[in-house]
Amino acid sequence: MNGAPFLRRLIALIRKESRQMLRDRSNLLVGLLLPMGLILLFGYGLSFDVTDAPVAMVLEDNSAVAREAVSGIEGSPYMVPVRVGTMAEAEAMLRSGKVDAIVRVPVDFARRQGQGDARVQLILNGLDTTMATSLEAYVNGAIGTVVQRRMDRGGVVGAGVGNVVLVQRIWFNEAGDSTWYLVPGLVVLIMTLVGAFLTSMLIAREWERGTLEALFVTPVRPLELVLAKIAPYLVVGLIDLAMCIVAARVLFNVPIRGSLLVILAASLLYLIVSLLMGLFISGITRNQFAASQMALLVSFMPALMLSGFVFDLRNVPLVVRIVSQLVPATHFVGVVKTLFLAGTDWAMVLRNGAIMLGYSLVLLTLTWRTLRKRLD
Amino acid sequence: MIDAPPSVVIEGLRKTFSGPDGKPFDAVAGISLSIRPGTLTAFVGPDGAGKTTLMRMMAGLLRPDGGKLSVLGIDLLVDPQSVQNRISYMPQRFGLYEDLSVQENLDLYADLHGVPPAVRAERFSRLLAMTDLASFTQRPAGKLSGGMKQKLGLACTLVRVPDLLLLDEPSVGVDPLSRRDLWRIIEQLIEAEGLSVIASTAYMDEAQRCDQVFVLNRGALLAEGTPAALTARADGLTYVVTPDADVPARDLQARLIDAPGLVVDAVPSGGQVRFIRQPACDDARLKELLHGCDAQPREAELEDAFMLLLHEHEGPAREASVPPPLAAGRADGPIPGDDGAPVILVRDLVRRFGDFTAVANTSFDVRRGEIFGLLGPNGAGKTTTFRMLCGLLPASSGELRVAGVNLRTARAAARARIGYVAQKFSLYSNLTVRENLDFFGGAYGLRGKRRQDRVREIIRQFDLDPSAPSGNLPLGYKQRLAMAAGLLHEPEILFLDEPTSGIDPLARRAFWRTITALSQAGVTIVVTTHFMEEAEYCDRVAIQDAGRLLALGTPREVRARSGTAAGHMNEAFIAIVEQARAAEGHARVAA
Amino acid sequence: MERLVASLAQILALCRKEIIALLKDPANRVILAAPIMIQSMLFGYAATFDLKHVPYAVLDQSRSAASTAFLARLDGTGVFEREATLASPGQIAEVIEDGKVLLAISIPADFATRLAAGREAPLQVILDGRNSTTAGAAAGYVAAVTMAFNKARGAASPITVERRAWFNPNLDSRWQIMPAMIATLSMLQTLLLAALSIAREREQGTFDQLLVTPLTPLQILVGKAVPAIMVGVMQSTLVLLVVRFWFQIPMAGSPWLLYLGLLGFTGASVGIGMSISALSLNMQQAMLHTFLVIMPLTLLSGLLTPVRNMPDVLRIATYANPLRFGVDLVRRVYLEGAGLGDVVFDFLPMVAVAGVTLPLAAWLFRNRLA
Repeated sequence: MNGAPFLRRLIALIRKESRQMLRDRSNLLVGLLLPMGLILLFGYGLSFDVTDAPVAMVLEDNSAVAREAVSGIEGSPYMVPVRVGTMAEAEAMLRSGKVDAIVRVPVDFARRQGQGDARVQLILNGLDTTMATSLEAYVNGAIGTVVQRRMDRGGVVGAGVGNVVLVQRIWFNEAGDSTWYLVPGLVVLIMTLVGAFLTSMLIAREWERGTLEALFVTPVRPLELVLAKIAPYLVVGLIDLAMCIVAARVLFNVPIRGSLLVILAASLLYLIVSLLMGLFISGITRNQFAASQMALLVSFMPALMLSGFVFDLRNVPLVVRIVSQLVPATHFVGVVKTLFLAGTDWAMVLRNGAIMLGYSLVLLTLTWRTLRKRLD
Repeated sequence: MIDAPPSVVIEGLRKTFSGPDGKPFDAVAGISLSIRPGTLTAFVGPDGAGKTTLMRMMAGLLRPDGGKLSVLGIDLLVDPQSVQNRISYMPQRFGLYEDLSVQENLDLYADLHGVPPAVRAERFSRLLAMTDLASFTQRPAGKLSGGMKQKLGLACTLVRVPDLLLLDEPSVGVDPLSRRDLWRIIEQLIEAEGLSVIASTAYMDEAQRCDQVFVLNRGALLAEGTPAALTARADGLTYVVTPDADVPARDLQARLIDAPGLVVDAVPSGGQVRFIRQPACDDARLKELLHGCDAQPREAELEDAFMLLLHEHEGPAREASVPPPLAAGRADGPIPGDDGAPVILVRDLVRRFGDFTAVANTSFDVRRGEIFGLLGPNGAGKTTTFRMLCGLLPASSGELRVAGVNLRTARAAARARIGYVAQKFSLYSNLTVRENLDFFGGAYGLRGKRRQDRVREIIRQFDLDPSAPSGNLPLGYKQRLAMAAGLLHEPEILFLDEPTSGIDPLARRAFWRTITALSQAGVTIVVTTHFMEEAEYCDRVAIQDAGRLLALGTPREVRARSGTAAGHMNEAFIAIVEQARAAEGHARVAA
Repeated sequence: MERLVASLAQILALCRKEIIALLKDPANRVILAAPIMIQSMLFGYAATFDLKHVPYAVLDQSRSAASTAFLARLDGTGVFEREATLASPGQIAEVIEDGKVLLAISIPADFATRLAAGREAPLQVILDGRNSTTAGAAAGYVAAVTMAFNKARGAASPITVERRAWFNPNLDSRWQIMPAMIATLSMLQTLLLAALSIAREREQGTFDQLLVTPLTPLQILVGKAVPAIMVGVMQSTLVLLVVRFWFQIPMAGSPWLLYLGLLGFTGASVGIGMSISALSLNMQQAMLHTFLVIMPLTLLSGLLTPVRNMPDVLRIATYANPLRFGVDLVRRVYLEGAGLGDVVFDFLPMVAVAGVTLPLAAWLFRNRLA
C-alpha cells in the first residue's frame, strides 16, 4: 500500500522539479556552463608555478668570476634574466612591475670571493610573496649549482670536506605541477557550487511564491519533497563530475591513481551532502536572497578557504584547523586528492566516507524537518 | 443525511499570532461550530475576521493554540496527514507553478493524489471544458490571466473527488464572468458528486448561494444560519431613495454614509441609493438628511444583514477609522481649471504584442473632474489600456493625450501630472509611512518645506500613523497609504487599478467616500474594478473585452444598452460581454 | 541650473530611499557587515602560503653523529616537527599517503662515512606533492638547512645570497593577501546589490510605481548606483580597519588615493551589477548571473595566481576585469605607498569599465523597460 504511491508521487515531483530546472536557462548556465568554464580556467588559466619570471641583473662587478656566479640564472627555466646597467634603473623596473626581482652583484664581489666571503644581493617584491618565495629558492638554487660545479672541479675553498647533497623526490606530483592539485580540488568546488548554491533557492522560492500551501494539503510527504528536489541537481552534479574527470585525464593529464569507482562513490556522497546543505539553508531562510548569501558563506567560502583545497591546513592556527574539520568539504578534499594522485587509501576513504555519510543523514533529517507541512 | 456525522467539528478553537506591534492577538478567538456533510457552507467576514486562519487550521497547516478540531471525524491535532489525504484545499493565492504548463500543473496534482490514468482522461477533459482552459493546455501557467489562473487552481484541487473541499476566497481579483464560471463549476460538482464544500468569501451574492453561512469578525463568530434566516435580521430597515434629477446618486450616498448615527450603510445603485437605517434612528432627522427625497422600503438582502451585524459588533470604534472626507470639498460651481477640453483624449489607440492585439482601435475621452470606470473581464485589455494611459507602456499606434500632454513625445512631463495607485500594494513595505511619502514626494520633485508640508497634510487627511511600517498595515490602510502617495503632488488625474480588490465592504465604502470627495475637489479619476456595483459610483464607464471597446456611457446608459431589466450592473456587464462574444462567434462562423 | 538642482533633488530622494530600505532591516545590516568581517578574519588566518609547521618523518639508517647533527639543525629551525621516526623504507609510503607528514628524510647507512671521506653524501627527501605549492616551499626550507649545515662544516657555498624583500620584509603572505581583500571582499555584495536593485523592485511590484513618477531612467540608474557604491566603499572600509588594526599590517600610502581607487573600482563593479540587473527578469536570475560573472572575475584577478602565468587570450581578457586592477592598486598604494602617477594605469581600465557598463545599463533600462 505504501510503496507504490510513494514512488508514484516521487516520480511526479521529480518530473516537476526537472522541468522547472530546465525551463530557466540561468540554472543551466550556472550548473553546466560555469563548471565547464572553471575546468578550462583551472586547467589552462591558473597556475601557481613560476615560469619565465623576469629578473633584473645588475652586474656592478663585471668580472668573469662574477658573471660565472650568476650564470645559473640564465639557464633556469623559471627565470628570464634582464641585464640592467644601474641599480636605480633596476629599482624603477621592480617598482613598476617590469621585473619580479633584482640580482645585484656588488663591485667588490671578485675581491671578497677571494676571501671566501662573496655576497650577492637579491631584492624581491614583497607584494606577491608566493612569487617572491619561489624566486628566492630558484636564485639560491641557481647560484648553488654554480658553486657546486666549481667545487666539483676542485680548487675552491672547502673542497674535500664532504658535503650533503639533497636528492629530492616529490611523490604523487613528480613535476610539482600545480594543475595536478588544482584540478582534483576543482571537483570539490564544482560539487559545492552545484550542490549548495543552486539548491539554496529551491525551497525558498516555493515559500516566496506561495506554491507550498496547496502542495502541503495533498498526500505528499516531506521526504518525497526533499528527494525530488535533490534528484535533478544530482544529475547535473554527476554530469559535472564526469566532465571534471574526463578533463583531468584527457586535457590535463592528471593521473587517476586510485579506483575510479571509489572516486565516483565519494563524489556522489559529497554531492548529496552539499545538495542537502543547500536545501536545508533554503528551508530555514525561506528567502532566496538570504539563502544564496548564506549558502555562499557557509558552504562555498569554507570549501574554498578551509578545506585544504588552496591553502594547506598545516599552515593555519589551531582554531581555524578545528573549524576546518567541521567543514564537510575538508573531508572530501582529503579523499579526492589522495584518490587522484596517490591511490586508494582504504583507511582514509572509509573514515572520511563515514563522516560524509553522517553529515548527509543529519542534513537529511534537518531538511526534512524544515518541510514538515506547517505554515507556522 | 441528517444522521450523517458532521464533516467538521470545532470546539473553542483558538489561534494566537504575535501582531506587528509585538503584542499577541487572537486571529481565531474561541470559535465553536459544526458543519453538516454534503452542504455548501460559506464563511463571510471582513479582513482580519480569521477566515484564512480557520481554513488553514482545517487543512492541517496551522496548529491550533487551544480547542478541538476534527475534520471528517479525524482529530487534526493527532493525524493531519490522514485529513490531507482526503480533502482538497485551494488557498487564497493558489501557488501554481508558473513555469509549468496548464497540463503539467494538472498532471502533477493528479499524480500526487493518485488519480488512476483511466479516470484521469475523462476527468481532465471535463475540468478543462468547465474551466474553458482546453485550448490552453500547453500554455505556461504564468502566462494566464488572473481569472484563468484561479480556474486552473480550482481544477488542480479538483483532479479527484475529495471528501471535503476547502476554498479560501476563491474569487478575489476575478472578474464577474470568471466568478460566475467558478461557482458554476462548484455547483455542478456538488450536484454530480455530492461534494461537501466550505468556502470563504467577501461577496454576498456568493454567500447567498450557500446552504449555511457563518459570519465572522475579529476572530469571533457573529452569527450563523441559512442565508434566508440571516437576511431576516435586516427586515424593515432597508430602503431605497431616488435623488433629485440633477444630483448624482453618489453625492446623496456620500451624505447618507457620513451620518452613521442614522444610517448603517448606503450604496448607489441604478441611479438610486440603497441604504439601511439604524434601528433606533430618529425619523425626523432621517427625513432631513434625505432632503425631502422619498425613501421607499425595499426587500432586505444578505449584504444588508451582514453590514448590520458588522456595525453592531464593531460599534463606534470602526466608525472613527473611516477617513474624514478631504478638506475643501467643492459643493457647487464650476470645476477649478475646467476649460471644457477633455483631460484624457484617446484616439484609435492600438497596442500589439507580437501578432497578438491586446488593444484594438480604442477611442474615448475623459472630462475634467469625472470619475471614469474601465471595466472588463480578466485579459480584456483593460490593464494594457490602463498602463498606456499611465505612460508605463508605449502605444503601437494612435493618439494619446493625458493632461494636455502627448504621451508619445513627453512621457516624463505627463507623469508629473498624474497619480497612480497600483493593483497590488506596491509601495516599499519595509519603509514606514512617512519614509514612503518622503520618497514619493521627492521623486515627484517636491522639495524642502513644501514637501514637509504636503507630507504632513496628507498624513493628516488620510489619518495615517507616520511611523508605522507600511508592510504591516491592514489592507484598508495600505490602500489609503497608496492613495496618499499618489496624491502627494496634487495630480490632475488619479489612476487607480483595481483599488478595492480583496478589500472588505466596510473599507470599500470608506475608499469610495474618499474618491467622491476627490472628484468634488476637481481631480479626475480613472479606475478599473471587478466589483460591478462600484461602477455605480462612476460618471461614465467603458466596457472592454478582447481588446475592443464594447460600451461607453453613464452607468444608466450602459444598463439600458445591455437590454437587461434595470437590475444590477453585474448582470448588465455579463450580458454586454456575452452578446459581443456571441456576435464575434457568428462573424467567425460566417467568414 | 534650477533644473539641475531639481533633478539632483529627485535623485537624492531615491538614494535616501534605497539606503533606508537597505539598512532598516536588521537582517540586512547583518548580511552587509557579518560576512565581510567573518571573511576578513578567515582570509587573515586561513589564507596563508607560509609554512610554519612542517611535520616530517625520518628514516635514519646511518645513526651517526653526523646524521644526528643534521637532524638537530632541522629541528632547531622551529619549523620542522618530527612526527615519526621510521624503522624501514617501507614505512615511508604509509606516513606520507595518509598525510601525517609533509615530507620524509631518508639518511642512507653510508651517510657519515661518505662525509668523512670528503665525498658527497646524498640525502633523500621525499615530499607529498598533493599540494605542490606547499611541497615546493618545504623543499626550499630543507635546502636552506642543508646549505647552512654544509657551510658550518666549512664545505659549502662561498657565495652568500643576501635577501631583501621590498614592501614586505618578512615575505609574510598575509601581507600579500589581506590588502587585496579590501577590494575583493566588498565586490560580491556590491555587485549583487546592484544586480538585485531593479530585479527586486520588479519582483515586489514596486517598479511600476517608480516608473510612473517623473524620474527618468538615467535618474533611476544614478539613484540606484550611488547607494550601492556607498555600501561597497563602506564594506571596504570595514576590511581596511581589520587589516590595519587587527592584523596590524602597516599602511604605506595615502588613504585619499586608496579611497579614490576604491571609488573607481566599486563604480566599475556597480556598473557590471546594474547591467546584470537590467538583463535579469527576476531576483533568482540576477543572483545566478552575478555568480556566473563573479567566479571568473575573482579567478582571473591575479589574486591567487599571477596574471603573467595565464595564457595570452586570458591575459588580454583580464583588462576588462576591474578586480585585477583594483587588487593591484590597493596593494600598491597600501604596501608600497605608490602615488597617483604610479597607479594611473590601474585607474584607466576600471574607469573604462565603469564608463561602458553604466551607460549600457541605462540604455538597457530604457530599451527593455518600454
